[in-house]
Amino acid sequence: MADEVTVNIRLESAIVYARQKGRELAAELGFSQSELTIIATAISELARNIVDYAGNGQIIMQLIEKDGQKGIMIKAQDNGPGIPDIELAMQDGYSTGNSLGLGLPGTKRLMDEFEIDSKVGQGTTVTVIKWKRNDINFKI
Amino acid sequence: MKVPILKQGDYLIASVQSVLSDSDLSLLRDEIAERVGRYRSRGVIIDVTALDVIDSYAARTLKNIAQITKLRGAETVIAGIQPEVAFSMVQLGLTLDGVATALDLEEGLICLDKLTKGMINKNGG
Ligand SMILES: Nc1ncnc2c1ncn2[C@@H]1O[C@H](COP(=O)(O)OP(=O)(O)OP(=O)(O)O)[C@@H](O)[C@H]1O
Ligand SMILES: [Mg+2]
Repeated sequence: MADEVTVNIRLESAIVYARQKGRELAAELGFSQSELTIIATAISELARNIVDYAGNGQIIMQLIEKDGQKGIMIKAQDNGPGIPDIELAMQDGYSTGNSLGLGLPGTKRLMDEFEIDSKVGQGTTVTVIKWKRNDINFKI
Repeated sequence: MKVPILKQGDYLIASVQSVLSDSDLSLLRDEIAERVGRYRSRGVIIDVTALDVIDSYAARTLKNIAQITKLRGAETVIAGIQPEVAFSMVQLGLTLDGVATALDLEEGLICLDKLTKGMINKNGG
C-alpha cells in the first residue's frame, strides 16, 4: 500500500490521471464518496492551474497522520511565473485566464487546510489537506 | 469521439460513458454544436451520470454548450449530476445558472418536451 503518489503534470490529460490517483489514495483511508469527490475536484483545479499558467509541474499526494488524525495532503508545485498578488488571486472571480476565477478560492473552501506560496519568476506551491473525520467510537 | 451522441426524433442525446478530460469536453461541445445544425435538433440532453467530477472547466463547458445550442435554436438539459458531485460544485462556487437540469435521462426528456413547447421558463421567472 503506497502512501505517496507523485503525478507529473504537463499535458492536460494528466489532470484526469492525477485526480484518479488521488481518489484511489484517499480511498485507502476510508473517506466517504462525497469526500473523495471533493478531494478529486480540488486536485483537478490545482492541476489545471499548473497546465494553464505554469506549463508543467507536479502533484504530490501523501497520506499523513497528526495527533492521531489521518488525512491526505496534496501539494501542487511548479516553477512557473508565480503569482504577483496572492490576495487578489484568492478572490472569487479573479482570473487572468479569462475563466471563472474559482479554482483557488474554491479549493480552499473544499479542503480543511490550504496554504499557498508563490514567488514571481520562481514558481508556485499550493498545499492542501483533507482530514478524515474521526469515526465515532464508543470505547470509554 | 468518446461520448456517443444519439439522434432521437427532434432531440440529441449525449450519454457520457466515462470520465472526460478537458479536450474530450471541448470535443463534445463542438460535436453537439455541429449536429444541432446538421439534424435541425430542437433539444439536447447531456447525461452526465458517469462524470466523476464537475470542476470549473467542465461547468464552464456545459454552460457553453447550453448557450451555443440556444443560439442555434435548441434547448439543452443536463441530466444526472450525482449528489456528491453537486455537493462539490456548490462548495467550489460553481453554478449552472440559466441551464436546465434534471435528475436523470427520463426526467430530462420530460423537461425537454416542456421546454421545446415553451411551457417552462427555465430562468425561473
Ligand atoms: N500555478 C499557478 N502559476 C501562476 N499563476 C497562477 C497559478 N495558479 C493560479 N494562478 C493565477 O491565479 C489566478 C486565479 O486562479 P484560479 O484557479 O482561482 O482561477 P482561474 O484558473 O483563472 O479560473 P478557474 O480555475 O475558475 O477556471 C489565475 O487566473 C492565475 O492568474
Ligand atoms: Mg484555475
